[in-house]
Amino acid sequence: MINLLILPILIPLITATILMFFSKQVKTQRTIAAVSTIGTVIASVILVITVSKEGIQTLNLGSWTAPFGITLVSDMLSALLVLTTSIITLLVVLYSFKSIGRDRERFYYYPVVQFLLVGVNGAFTTGDIFNLFVFFEVMLMSSYVLIVLGGTKVQLREGIKYILVNVISSALFVITVAYLYSVVGTLNMADISQKIASVGQPGILTAIAILFLIVFGLKGAIFPLYFWLPGSYYAPPTPILALFGALLTKVGVYSIIRTYTLFFYHDPGFTHEMLGILAILTIVVGCVGAIGFWDVKKIIIYNIVIAVGVILFGISTMNGEAMEGSIYYLIHDMLIKAALFLLIGVMISITGTTDVRKMGGLIKEYPWLGWTFLVAAFSLAGIPPLSGFIGKLLILKGSFSSEFYVGAFVILASSLIVLYSVIKIFLTGIWGVPKEYKGISKGHARYLWATSAVLVLLSVFYGLGADALRPLFSQAAEVLVDPQIYIDAVLKE
Amino acid sequence: MKTNDVILQTVTKVTVFIIILFSLRLFFSGHYTPGGGFIGGLMTAGALVLLLLAFDLKTVANILPIDYKIVTAIGLLFAIGTAAGALLFNVPFLTHAFDYFTLPILGKTSLHTAVLFDTGVYLVVVGVTMTIIQTIGVSD
Repeated sequence: MINLLILPILIPLITATILMFFSKQVKTQRTIAAVSTIGTVIASVILVITVSKEGIQTLNLGSWTAPFGITLVSDMLSALLVLTTSIITLLVVLYSFKSIGRDRERFYYYPVVQFLLVGVNGAFTTGDIFNLFVFFEVMLMSSYVLIVLGGTKVQLREGIKYILVNVISSALFVITVAYLYSVVGTLNMADISQKIASVGQPGILTAIAILFLIVFGLKGAIFPLYFWLPGSYYAPPTPILALFGALLTKVGVYSIIRTYTLFFYHDPGFTHEMLGILAILTIVVGCVGAIGFWDVKKIIIYNIVIAVGVILFGISTMNGEAMEGSIYYLIHDMLIKAALFLLIGVMISITGTTDVRKMGGLIKEYPWLGWTFLVAAFSLAGIPPLSGFIGKLLILKGSFSSEFYVGAFVILASSLIVLYSVIKIFLTGIWGVPKEYKGISKGHARYLWATSAVLVLLSVFYGLGADALRPLFSQAAEVLVDPQIYIDAVLKE
Repeated sequence: MKTNDVILQTVTKVTVFIIILFSLRLFFSGHYTPGGGFIGGLMTAGALVLLLLAFDLKTVANILPIDYKIVTAIGLLFAIGTAAGALLFNVPFLTHAFDYFTLPILGKTSLHTAVLFDTGVYLVVVGVTMTIIQTIGVSD
């Protein structure tokens, strides 16, 4: 079946359309949304298997050959990201059943989540720079709806900021693509890469590379451009926050990885060094935020910023081992951030507060919740044999062998701070003196915990099975190190 | 003094049909001349907005008892269905097909599946525009 790689985009798209017909029947909405998301997960599993067996998959939409039509390209990196995205969306949809509330469910919540899945999966799969922009917009439009859905005051205020920042960055994206098109005269990513290689990246292309860094940095929240993230992500309810935290910034990170390994690798002394410095600064500001707050949501939100820095630092070294580590860490981070947001969502609905100092003693009544949170926290900090360990280890090994000692040291120090910030939640919120809560019932909390525990379990297996999964990640990193593989697969000389 | 819209309403009744005919013409001529689903849909919505201006929301809802959100969904189904039809023939997504047919009145005509895709665009544009305008018009 040659259309395999479009299925993770097509299934949610059809689902979203069908769900629009009966928005008021909540039960039907839930069933269809869950079943079709399972379908998306199955399709992406098959896709990963196919890519691992037969190499990079390409599909020329509308049967127009490569540089002239839109090409969808699924290499190992994008296939793995599509799979992770689908799994996270499935669990968030299941979590939403008992968390998001009837009012939101009756106002197109499930269709919009499916559209978000279309946007994210599409952005990971496309092989055309303008198509990437379109999928960015699909994703952002749905995120605008999700951030204001419900219409509370804080959501509307932060929604305006979020929309404003993203409209500006999207305009900048179009301008940057226009510059790139006027220089190379093509939009197909493989063709762009070839054209840039043939002129050897003169100054104008390096300038365009920096513009791309600004655009995707705004989406992916790197150092000076992360300012909108803590406020905007604070506003929406937990399941939406989990989707945002796990998926949206990672699309920006993926785009930086793609453009900096496929297009602009001819002048790493300037572009990649800049990326490296910004990544280190991103880790530092993330750490400052993670220590500074006593609010559970804020602490995890600043941990997103740290992770973005770690992943991008691995990419900026241009070292095969560090890149493999970055890919491993990227997927680990998507899983664990979704799990952590869902877990603190359970804590917030039990205690009715986001201030960790007002919580306490949850371990007495909810031991399962407490221990799951501890595992997730250790996994986030990268304690072996959990999943955060191998990624960071590879990044460190790579940066030591390329002699980037400062970055490696910052990453090591940041792990301690990450651990401190989440253990702070554990010690004061879950340990400590028990308090009276009148939030949700125990059975209700158990359901919410069960869906988030699946994610924690997945990330534990991901850590334990690192050896078995290793070939997949080597295959993904291979394409980043040698863009010729990608070009050959798309243009089929 | 009671306002009287009789001139506006009479002119509207005539003009709306002309505008809708022109929008359909724009829609069908999209393949060979400027036009297509987007501008056609926008102009149809323009005709409906003129109706809304001359009459009120309730009267227009009586004349055209349509839920425009459903129109949008049907439009999306048309577009996705046309594109996904390629899956049945195991050719890449979005591959279109066309052929020449001899029709009763029109004679030899080329029919292209891109028209079905464009119908989807047309319906989505009409649906979205009308949903926006009606929603803004209703809330006070």
